[in-house]
Amino acid sequence: MKLAILHELNAERAARRPVILVTDTESGEQRLVKAADFAKDPLRAELEKQLRMGKSANVEVGGKKLFLNVYAPTAKLVIIGAVHISQALAPLARSLGYDVTVVDPRTAFASPERFPDIPLVAEWPDTALPPLNVDAYTAFVAVTHDPKIDDPALLHAFERNCFYIGALGSRKTHAKRGDRLRAQGAKESDIARIHAPIGLAIGAVSPSEIAVSIMAEITAVLRLPPKEKEEAA
Amino acid sequence: MLDRDEDILKAAEDWQKAGRGVALATVVETWGSAPRPAGSSLVINDEGTFLGSVSGGCVEGAVVTEAMDVIESGKPKMLEFGVADETAWNVGLSCGGTIRVFVEKVG
Repeated sequence: MKLAILHELNAERAARRPVILVTDTESGEQRLVKAADFAKDPLRAELEKQLRMGKSANVEVGGKKLFLNVYAPTAKLVIIGAVHISQALAPLARSLGYDVTVVDPRTAFASPERFPDIPLVAEWPDTALPPLNVDAYTAFVAVTHDPKIDDPALLHAFERNCFYIGALGSRKTHAKRGDRLRAQGAKESDIARIHAPIGLAIGAVSPSEIAVSIMAEITAVLRLPPKEKEEAA
Repeated sequence: MLDRDEDILKAAEDWQKAGRGVALATVVETWGSAPRPAGSSLVINDEGTFLGSVSGGCVEGAVVTEAMDVIESGKPKMLEFGVADETAWNVGLSCGGTIRVFVEKVG
């Protein structure tokens, strides 16, 4: 691997931008393709598929054996609300490989006794969120039921283009939330991005079951191609 | 995406910049029950120090030896490891899988 390629690869990884290293395993020739450049690449379909699945693979193109090594950032999950659902959601998400952070300004909720080993930030979203570097590889979940906490957090998630945004609440609650967010300058397209009611419809009742339905929905958004994603939602 | 490995590629860059000969070994294909998925890598320097893993310990010794040749020659190599048997290699994967490992020089 040329040092210039290695250097660029490390810079992209540090910036949490996905890249794929394409290696001709016979000649040793290599090139690095940034996700932003996939659309104009001859291997576009293969690159997009492997990145979506987060899996490295071999392909044969024009008689050449190519190895596509996928470097995608570790996904993050930010949970707004140190509530009962979050106590089930945080360890489940972690077992799926997410870096999890729980944010709740109410110190009675955000206590280490309730969330052993989970990073907790007992601050209001305005203070807590900027240092977390919420980005396009972040799933964002607002479950406090308290507009004072959830609303500013959701506005932050829109701004940072999170791949998944979900919020707890019935359709009625969500309609009211839409009105409030609109009044605070949110675009219609932002509000449409919120998954609410949160989670796949699996008849979840207990906090743990709701956590499963939320993680199932996040997984579907992360992994399914756009068309099948619509069908699952 | 969900990779919690120690930072192998950062070490590769740091070692190379510090003037060491460095090789990178990457699992490019697996069959059967291989211990580490495609894309897993191991970085080795010319002192024999290595970081990362391509098999969880079964064939690292052989990969490191081959990597020394690659650092010397600058030519990439493809290695294949299967079920432990004396005919192909004197090391193997006891789990019964087969892996192919691409070894290349850095720099």
